[in-house]
Amino acid sequence: MFASILATGLAAGAIYALVGIVYNTMFSASRVMSFTSGQLAMLGGVFGSLFMLRLGMPTVLAFVLTLLGCGLVGVVTEMVAVRPVLKSLDKHLYVLSTLALALMIQQVTAIEWSTEPQPFPRIVGWGSGNWDEKFWLPVAACAATIVGLEYLHRRTLVGHAFLAIAEDNFAARALGLPERNLRVASYALAGIVGGIAGFSGGELLLAFVANGPFLNFYGFVPVALGGLGNNRGAIVGGLALGLFQQAANFLVGGIFSSVAVFALFIVVLLAAPQGLFGAATARRV
Amino acid sequence: MSAVVAGRWSAGQGGVRAALLALAPFLGLLALALVLPLVGNDYWALIGTRAAIYWVLVSGLNLIVGFAGQLAIGYVALLTLGAYTTSVLAAGKLGAPVPVLAALAAAGVVGALSGVIVGLPALRLRTFYFAMSTLGFATIVTQIALAWQSVTGGGIGLAGPELSAPFNTAWGYYFVCVGLAAICTWLSANIAASRFGLALIAIRDAEVAAEAAGISKPRALVAIFLFAGALAAIAGGLFATLQTYITPDAFTFDLSVLFFIAILIGGRGSVLGPLLGTIILTVLPEIAAPLAAWSTFLYAVLLLVIVLAAPGGIAALLDFRNRRPLASNRSIVPRPAALRALMGEGTKGEMLSLRDIALHFGNVRAIDGIDLDVLPAQVHGLIGPNGSGKTTTLNVISGYYAPSSGSLSIGAAALPAGRPHLRARRGIARTFQTPRIIGEASVLQNVMIGGVIAGEESFVEAMLTLPRHRRSQRRLAALAREALAVVGLESLAEVRADRLQHSELRFIEIARALMLRPSFLLLDEPAAGLSHDELERLGTLITAISRLGTGVLLVEHHADLIFDICDRVTVLDLGRVLATGTPQEIRSHKEVVSAYLGG
Repeated sequence: MFASILATGLAAGAIYALVGIVYNTMFSASRVMSFTSGQLAMLGGVFGSLFMLRLGMPTVLAFVLTLLGCGLVGVVTEMVAVRPVLKSLDKHLYVLSTLALALMIQQVTAIEWSTEPQPFPRIVGWGSGNWDEKFWLPVAACAATIVGLEYLHRRTLVGHAFLAIAEDNFAARALGLPERNLRVASYALAGIVGGIAGFSGGELLLAFVANGPFLNFYGFVPVALGGLGNNRGAIVGGLALGLFQQAANFLVGGIFSSVAVFALFIVVLLAAPQGLFGAATARRV
Repeated sequence: MSAVVAGRWSAGQGGVRAALLALAPFLGLLALALVLPLVGNDYWALIGTRAAIYWVLVSGLNLIVGFAGQLAIGYVALLTLGAYTTSVLAAGKLGAPVPVLAALAAAGVVGALSGVIVGLPALRLRTFYFAMSTLGFATIVTQIALAWQSVTGGGIGLAGPELSAPFNTAWGYYFVCVGLAAICTWLSANIAASRFGLALIAIRDAEVAAEAAGISKPRALVAIFLFAGALAAIAGGLFATLQTYITPDAFTFDLSVLFFIAILIGGRGSVLGPLLGTIILTVLPEIAAPLAAWSTFLYAVLLLVIVLAAPGGIAALLDFRNRRPLASNRSIVPRPAALRALMGEGTKGEMLSLRDIALHFGNVRAIDGIDLDVLPAQVHGLIGPNGSGKTTTLNVISGYYAPSSGSLSIGAAALPAGRPHLRARRGIARTFQTPRIIGEASVLQNVMIGGVIAGEESFVEAMLTLPRHRRSQRRLAALAREALAVVGLESLAEVRADRLQHSELRFIEIARALMLRPSFLLLDEPAAGLSHDELERLGTLITAISRLGTGVLLVEHHADLIFDICDRVTVLDLGRVLATGTPQEIRSHKEVVSAYLGG
């Protein structure tokens, strides 16, 4: 039992962590938390199943197309729901505009795809039992994403620019960085990470429209726990959340695992409003 | 004197007429609802009942979303919870079967408590967190309904509670729900119009000013979380009866979206708008049947359009009064003579003192050991170059910053560091460098915010408009009119505050601060942006306020104003006190002249 808690917990946790990175990537570029984060991961699964099972494409092509599709949705998020409200004085409008877009994505998927969970094909075909690929694939994808992002942020000029924007938007603009293009690029990147989460987690979560709101919440919990914009916090928080949830699932049953996760969310937020690894509050007066 | 009385009397007459005008649309809707059985069939009874039930929920949720500005997007969870609580109790799945009314009441209690639990993150965190916690709650309630099969019947569901004759027919039940909806409208409109409703919009649009006026955000929000949670769960019970049989599938997230968007389409800070929004969104898919499958998509498009193009919603479209142009050559003429009536006799005798206050942000010493005494009945000027720590000092006094070291006291009693909402009760009022005004509220309402904590009536008294509430409400409005008269803006009382000029907003802030009858008044650059005449009148007003016993601490860059009206002046430089003394002493102080005044 311990082994299966570990396997399912780490797998689910890796998906939550990836969705957390989606939140963080968007937040760093624009100070916006977007409701499309979980929908992007949902789309990753749906696109994968669509391309491979319905259209019969080879795995690699389907993967690339999925990432392109999700990246495109990320860019659309920026153009439709984020850019128009960034200038507005009411800073909370982004909550509504991204919610509206997320609902549109979800409704179109529900009508044009299906409201029932649809199968997702096996991709690699290695492993069985607790070492089944549906468990290790999300973990591997999460690890690969972290390595990729680290490389991007440390070794490339674009990555440095991303960090500069995240650190101080005004200063970065004053230095002449093309803030808008970088923001669009960040949203594309966030979309791609969401696509990776959905594609790698497809066998575990299936291609299911209800994964959108589900991952919106379960992906946000690690962000809230780890501190906004902090990817390391999101990964630790995501894996911990997955393990916690699956342990509760096995030990006390499915009803209480979701209650336990919700209780954890509320309690940690009340005890440490900025998250466990978060930074101090902004100036108010 | 008689002119004042006559003026007030006519204001009273206008008030009655305005109240009737405001009531008319609600009465019209009620009349339509009562006529519906004469013209419609059972199908219309169903739709009408559904709209009424949705409104029972939305009328409470509106206070959270529309008034307090907290984005509760998952309120279907409380509907679900109420539906299951009522059905389970009525069917006897937990213990003996309970009468339907008792089951509904129990659902209300469960809903009220859950409303608070879901709302807890809103008390401390940014809006998005609250949105998420309601969303998370919505996810888990459905999961529990599915998984707890022995009680909820899992995916198969269970029968909703049945009412007895004559309420078990389509129209009989319709009247039950419309009646309850009417009561909920009354209750929520009462809260919206009370000092509690004012506190909510202050939290929404000017949270910092709300704190300075002594409004406690947790207390204000918990009250409406209880109220809205109870109404939502009762709506759930009614919904279960309407459905006759409930499964988790009946409570899709689409319903949450409907509730939420009905409020935003209706317009923030309105009761009528969201009521119309609820009716429109319930009826629309029924009229356009082919669109039913796409209804949520259309709601989402509507939401995006409203957010991007028409943030005011229906209520802004119906707000004809604020379309009338204002006179363009207005000037502000304060009447210090009216002050005594507002402030009463000055009996304050204690001194506000800061001892060795320091505040560091990392390595930056914003203020670095300041001593300052503000005496009653004196105007104390605080001047210095930009970045010398003037506003920071005000923020420490009003509790927005807790100093790194040093002590704050009024007389012998210490002031707790960093508790802004406790300052108003200690008689400290303030204005802000950038006026913190609720743009969507009227000028009068903005000023009333300052007197919210003086009200004695409880939330329940306000909800039921009991006599004590009505007295207190009249007193609050009358006091606010007096305060407006003092600053010379009484003719603009009913105008939306965001239509005013910047200089007028500064005087509104002063009027709001005077509502507290403060012992100490902190003014942060009140003269910025005023014309020469206005500047002079401001000076007279400030002097008059101080002569009634209030100690005024004035941060200002206009050296003329400072030297004209101040009894004492403190000069700050680089977070330290450079000099303190009478205006004459300061004017001739060598270092001050070279560091700041020039010359």
